Order: sequence, then structure tokens, then C-alpha cells
Amino acid sequence: MTVFQGKGVYGAVAIGKASIFSRGGADVRRESIDDPAKELERVEAAKALAVEQLEAIHDKALKEVGEANAEIFEIHIMMLDDEDYNDSIRNIIETQKVNAEYAVAVTSDNFAEMFASMDDAYMQARSADVKDISNRLIACMSEGGSGSSESGEKMIVCADDLAPSETVSLDKDKVLAFVTAFGSSNSHTAILARNMNIPAVIGAGEEFLKSISDGDMLIVDGHTGEIYVDPDEDTVKRYTEKQEADAKKKQLLQELKGKENITLDGTKINVYANIGGVASIGSVLANDAGGIGLFRSEFLYLESEDYPTEEQQFTAYRKVLESMAGKKVIIRTLDIGADKQIDYFKLDKEDNPALGFRAIRICLTRPEIFRTQLRALYRASAFGNLGIMFPMITSVSEVKKCLAMCEEVKKELQSDGIKYSEDTEIGIMIETPAAAVISDKLAPLVDFFSVGTNDLTQYTLACDRQNAKLESFVDTHHEAVLRLIEMSAKNAHVNGAWIGICGELGADLTLTETFLRMGIDELSVSPPYVLPLREKIRSIDLKQG
Amino acid sequence: MKEFTYTIKDEIGIHARPAGNLVKLIKGFSSAVTIEKEGKAPINATALMKLMSLGVKCGDTVKFSIDGEDEEAAAKAIEEFMTANL
Repeated sequence: MTVFQGKGVYGAVAIGKASIFSRGGADVRRESIDDPAKELERVEAAKALAVEQLEAIHDKALKEVGEANAEIFEIHIMMLDDEDYNDSIRNIIETQKVNAEYAVAVTSDNFAEMFASMDDAYMQARSADVKDISNRLIACMSEGGSGSSESGEKMIVCADDLAPSETVSLDKDKVLAFVTAFGSSNSHTAILARNMNIPAVIGAGEEFLKSISDGDMLIVDGHTGEIYVDPDEDTVKRYTEKQEADAKKKQLLQELKGKENITLDGTKINVYANIGGVASIGSVLANDAGGIGLFRSEFLYLESEDYPTEEQQFTAYRKVLESMAGKKVIIRTLDIGADKQIDYFKLDKEDNPALGFRAIRICLTRPEIFRTQLRALYRASAFGNLGIMFPMITSVSEVKKCLAMCEEVKKELQSDGIKYSEDTEIGIMIETPAAAVISDKLAPLVDFFSVGTNDLTQYTLACDRQNAKLESFVDTHHEAVLRLIEMSAKNAHVNGAWIGICGELGADLTLTETFLRMGIDELSVSPPYVLPLREKIRSIDLKQG
Repeated sequence: MKEFTYTIKDEIGIHARPAGNLVKLIKGFSSAVTIEKEGKAPINATALMKLMSLGVKCGDTVKFSIDGEDEEAAAKAIEEFMTANL
């Protein structure tokens, strides 16, 4: 038994036989030709065929790995059409009187070299794209095209490196895993493997490829990046168990994916995700959340050296809305205070920041900051299904001021001829006892409530969240808090508004049934809690008990 | 001839996807369009790989020169595209 170490890019285990990937296309030879016109025709014919193949791969990728990852193949088609690339091929054929394959290979090397020499990892990785399209072009000039493995058995594909198009072209039903000797975790191939849910290890080294032959027994551990060649009995046993455990867990989650959040008696509820930055959108989608129930906009301010401009904010909000493709995205306006300091806000130090100058209080005192954010939000609203939520509300007049500001911003945009969505929902956080108690007055003003249970608990129980000594006094299931939530839910529904919970209690599975009985319409939790929560909801029967 | 400059705000810069879309957009006009990155020679804006290899990053300023019958419309469309995507 020999062990090799690479980088795991998709965490799962595969046990099976090795199949060494071959490209079929032999080395390109330089041949002199008499008829350049004929060679140019061959290039054109191969190009047409290559584009056809790429379109098919693009369609396959769309279905298997989603639009964002499929896009690379559209770019490949455009690269094939690149004027400089084609000029170079034509030039070499015409001036050197050589065969089309050779002209493509030389052009490929030159362009790949150009990208490889750039001081930018992203662009360096593009040299693989150039080689990929060129190899395809060359393969299209000869008969046969790309060869695929014939045997029906599932194999572990081992290669020096796999081009994105090769990865997608692999018949998923015949691939147990793949291992490459080279490649970076930044490559499209690694990203595609993750999206195809195939265990994969990359960068296993040249020695690995040299030491194996077709049919060798392998264990690929995508968690750790280890590859065992000719594993002993104990190792096989250990990994078989690991594989079974993985499969069980995955199956459970897969079974829940795409399912409705519906109780046994047929009550449906929305399960959304809470996130604090654009980078988390991937995990929102991976965990099959129905939307984003709380998008904390603070990161834009925290990551910036100065007040983020309308344009910067617009770009970020738009990106989120577009990525969520029409699913609800609720963005909470700026929620900072003396405990979450940002230098350029120049906030005074306070003895009691939780009860201090924070969140909506800052926004209403410094309307220029608020206006910039609202303009960015409304501009972005044209690109998806946006909800805007105001934090730290305690009174009717605050909500009215916020709404008036929204109207002003909308009017401005209208007169500037900028699009926005009239369907943008407006909501408020219920995180102060005051807001819960007057929820009957607040509900008619808004489209939705979202309960911030962490703050609501701290204010209701008069227990500072940051003070560890108080832990034994904080009962997160305190009846006072639950009654305030119930009261808010009732008042929301009487007034045609909906109500969600975006605080930590939303993920507390021991309270799910209680919330459902109150009529809570939406629960928003961290992405990893979405599927467990779905499982819980599907086990509840509100008609019983 | 119309000219304008634009400073890149997108974190990754002109990477494959926006470059591809930009080329597609420009090819829809008959005007000749060049892009110039500070300190480098102007390139034909429809040359996708050259455009990518310019390595235009966040904060870089590029100059567009548009020359042809539909230069007005082309300049407007390119500027809008840049503002919205980069």
C-alpha cells in the first residue's frame, strides 16, 4: 500500500479501480503542405464542430452544475472566435505552409504562455482554457474526436490535469472520483467537481501518476486529500465504513433538498437564511434556502475605510439579488452602534451602548448616510425580489420617518429616470419590547415584521448579552419573550402583514412547533440549519395535541 | 471620434466573463473601438484574449476610443455596460 497526498476539493470517499485518462489526440507533428487554402478550410470545419460540441457541453453543464459554472464554455466559444487567435493560425499556415494541427498547437502555446506569464493567479489559470480549446480544435480535425472509456464499471479517473470541458464531458455515471497530478483548487475543474458532487483530489503529484496503472485498486479521500494505492484490508474496511456514514448523511440532506417546508397537516412556512456578506450566497443556495431573511448590510461599512458610496452599495446589493434569481432577499439597513464601532462614523464612547445611539437612531439623525443606502437599495430592487428592513424600531413616528424617506428616494429616482421595483416590501425588526407592545399600531404601516430574538430577549429580561455573569439569568425560552412574539404575530396577521423570526431562536428546534402554532410565516436561520429545520417542520402535526 | 475613461470598481477587474460580454456588445456596433490601459498600447476592444491579457484590475483606469457612424450610441452603451458590470 502506498499513500499519496493531494488537495481534497470535494469531501467524500471513493473506493474503486483506477482508469488513466487519455486524450486520444496524439502529439501534433509538423508537416509541410502545398495547399494552404485546404488547411484553412479544415480549421473552419473543425471550428464549427468544436463550437457545436461546446454548445452541447454548455447545455450539459447548465443542467449539472448551474449557470454560473456553465458560463466558462460560452467564453470558450468566444475564445475560439477571437480574431487574434484565428489570425495567428491563418498566418502560420500561410507563411510557413504547414498543417492546420501544427498551426493551432503553436498558436495555443503562444497564447497560453501570454496568460501564464501574467502576475495574476486568475489570469494564469486562463492559459488552461486556451490549451483546452486548442486541443479540442485539433481533436476535431481528426476522426473520432474525444474517446471515452468503454467499460460499464465505475472507475476512478486519474489524469495529469483535466480541462473544464473534459471534466464536464466525463460520463458522471461512470466516474467514481477523479484525481489529478496537477491543478489548483482555484481551477474551474475543482469548482466543477464540487458542484457535480464527485469526490476529487487534485495536485497529487507526478509520482502518483507514474506509480499507477489501469485497474489498480484506489481509495480516494476527498476530505483529507489522501489517495491509497493498493490499500490493505484494514484500510478498505475503515473507508467502507466512512463511506457508508457519508452516504447516509448525504442521503438525508439530499432527500430534504427541493422538498417543501410543510407540516404533516399541510401548513407551509418559509425557511430563509441569514447572511452577513456576498461570499455566503453559495452556502445559501447549497443548503436550499428559500430566500435570504436577513442580509446584514454592516459588512459594506466595516470593510470600507470611508462611507461606502451609493455605487459600491448598489453593486453589492444587485449582486445578491441577481444571485438569488427572484427569491426574496431582505436587506437590513445599517445596524451599528458603540459596540460595533466603525472609525469613520466617529461615534462617541457610551457607557451603555445597547441602549445607546445605534442603528435606525443613527440613520434618522444623519439622513445623508441613510439616503445613500436607501437609494442604493431601491436602485438594486429592479434586479430581484427585495425587502428592506429597519432595525431597532421603538415607535410609530420612527417608522413614519423611514417611510417618508423611502418615498423621497423613490421620487428622486423617478425624476432621474432610474428604475426601481414598486413591489419592494418594507418591514421592521421587532427587537424591542416597545415595538412588540405597540405592534398593533406598527403593523398597518409595513408589509412584514421580523423578530430579532437576541435583542428582544436582552431588552425584555434586562440582561446584557455581552455579560457572561448573567448567563444563568437568561432564559431564552422565557414566557415574556414568547408572549411578545405571539402578540406581534397576532397583530401582524390582523393587519395583513407577515411575520418572521431571524434571531437565534429561529433555529432552536425545540421551539419550532411553538412558533408554528403562533402562526409565524417565516424562519430565517444560518445556512447550515436550513435543512435540519426543514426536517423538523416536516415532522410536526399541528392538528395533534 | 468619441473618447471616455472609466475606472474599474469591480474587485476582480476585467475577467473572462465581463470581457466576453463586452466584446459581444461592441461587436454589435459598426464603430471601431479601442481600449487603452495606462502605460500600454491601445488594443482593439473586440480582441477577447488580448483584452483579458491586459490584466485590468480594480482601480485601473482605461480609456475607450470609439470611431464610426454609430459612435454616439456605442459610447453610451459601453459606458452603461461598464458602470453596471465593472
